[in-house]
Amino acid sequence: MTALAPRLRARPRAAAGAATTFRYVVLIAGAIVMVTPFAYMVATSFQGQAYVLTLPPQFIPSHPTTANYTTALGAQNFALYFLNSAIVTIISTALSVLLSSMMAFAFARFRFRGREVIFRILLAGLTIPAVMLLIPQYILARDLHLLDSLTGLIFFYVAGSLSLNTFLLRGFLASVPAELDQAMQVDGATAWTRYWRLALPLAKPAIATATIFTFLNGWDEYPIALTLINNPDHSTLPLAIANYQGQNATQWGLVFAASLIAVIPVIIVFLVFQRYFVQGLTAGAVKG
Amino acid sequence: MDRATGPVPVARSRRPRSSATPYLFLLPGVAIFVIAIIWPALQAFRMSFYHWQIMAGAISQWIGVDNYVRAFRDPAFWLSLSNSGIYMLATVIPQMAIGLFIAVLLKRRSPSQPLFRVLYYLPVITSWVVVSLLFKYLFADRGLVNFTLHDFLHLMHSDVSWLSERGTALIVICLLGIWKGVGWSMMIYLAALQGVPESLEEAALVDGAGPWQRFRAVTLPAINPATVFLSVMLVIGGLNVFASVELVTGGGPVGQTDVVLSYMYTQAFRYLDFGYGSAIAVILAVLVFVLAVLQLRITRDRGEELA
Repeated sequence: MTALAPRLRARPRAAAGAATTFRYVVLIAGAIVMVTPFAYMVATSFQGQAYVLTLPPQFIPSHPTTANYTTALGAQNFALYFLNSAIVTIISTALSVLLSSMMAFAFARFRFRGREVIFRILLAGLTIPAVMLLIPQYILARDLHLLDSLTGLIFFYVAGSLSLNTFLLRGFLASVPAELDQAMQVDGATAWTRYWRLALPLAKPAIATATIFTFLNGWDEYPIALTLINNPDHSTLPLAIANYQGQNATQWGLVFAASLIAVIPVIIVFLVFQRYFVQGLTAGAVKG
Repeated sequence: MDRATGPVPVARSRRPRSSATPYLFLLPGVAIFVIAIIWPALQAFRMSFYHWQIMAGAISQWIGVDNYVRAFRDPAFWLSLSNSGIYMLATVIPQMAIGLFIAVLLKRRSPSQPLFRVLYYLPVITSWVVVSLLFKYLFADRGLVNFTLHDFLHLMHSDVSWLSERGTALIVICLLGIWKGVGWSMMIYLAALQGVPESLEEAALVDGAGPWQRFRAVTLPAINPATVFLSVMLVIGGLNVFASVELVTGGGPVGQTDVVLSYMYTQAFRYLDFGYGSAIAVILAVLVFVLAVLQLRITRDRGEELA
């Protein structure tokens, strides 16, 4: 055993340099694979149509131009699509977080008949894949006169995000000691006061996580919008970009300029709230 | 457990006052959930037994299990099912393995860690529409991939027309799935790895375990919940592939790359055969459910053996 000890200590030190090099080589190689497509997309978006798909590929455009961006931004409806996406995403996120935090509060702070059953039904929502519901949801939207309307999108986006958000928020609230809540109850505070003044501020990290995930899902959502929206005036960005590519099959510079403008809010949200992502994912992975 | 049973102790004496309260908090959310998710799920099941008429006022005809029989005899359905299965098999394990590998490399905190984390996560937060169009562009006949493999690395004799054949088109769609999903697995594993107590690893080190042994005996069991979570979510997600196929190949050439949901979508929204589309959705839902239960059961049994 004593003879082993120095070797054990020496080996990590000798191998440390090689291990670090290996680590960085692999990480950088992987990062190149992840980033190259984006770099090529950015390059193409600054490329005139004549130079798109020229060989050899140009990562630094030989004839850089911002024409694609001015065309995309100036196109008759781009601002409208952006606005539609913003309206749908912001309202559905706010509503979903409000309603699911209310449900989470009820599940975490009350005992009542049917609690387990209702929670299980909500959880079942996690296993029902959204795309499978497209057909009946289309018919429901038609019957409720929600086809071709932003309200319809908001309605289904809220519904689709309730399960995960409630699950996330309930887990967080349940892990917060209930003493403060009971103290406020003794002082005669109403349930709404305890929810609004105590539970919501306490659950801030989980709320941030839920907000970000709901925002991203809404901003990127495609199948439901594709099914419910026919009138171009009510298109959201993903739908508009997909249609754009169909119509201007070869205008890649334009398609990517529009895509990049659409991606910017997402990247900002992600960079600003990065740490909440990790927290939220942990909650899902560890308790899931 | 229930409030209504047994004598009411002092601490609970104020409970009856709030009896309706939790229901009021649940009401708006549950109402929307039932109307927009549960009701449509039941409705899909019901519609699958009809020759469903989409026109308002038209009478739909009850045809029993005819839609299901039709699916089982429909070669295009089987092709789409096998494409979904191939996609699931080809994407789940690489996403988890690569994600775990990168997470292990990134586990130690360093100044470059946040940067790598963002770079690997970038595809995850980008919408399916954008990355699908991007891959269509990369794998175009005169695209970056052909150039790299043919003209630059000389790995191929000639350019490949990736999207014009089933096999190569499926490769593109699978690569897209892996590329977009790796960052998500990485994040989950990163979070799980940071929860592994260091004392455990140190104990193994003192016992003279090598890095690989330590990883297998200590780290892997410790992150098992994350592995179970990921495998269940990714299998479900894999069988539900839709947007990327719709946007990269549109199911083409001639339906060769259709997956179950794109086939369902075509049946319902192009041919207006909502009953048949619903039957396909129900078959997939049952399949997903059975697989998820099986996975949970297998991983639980294995977890008990380890414990």
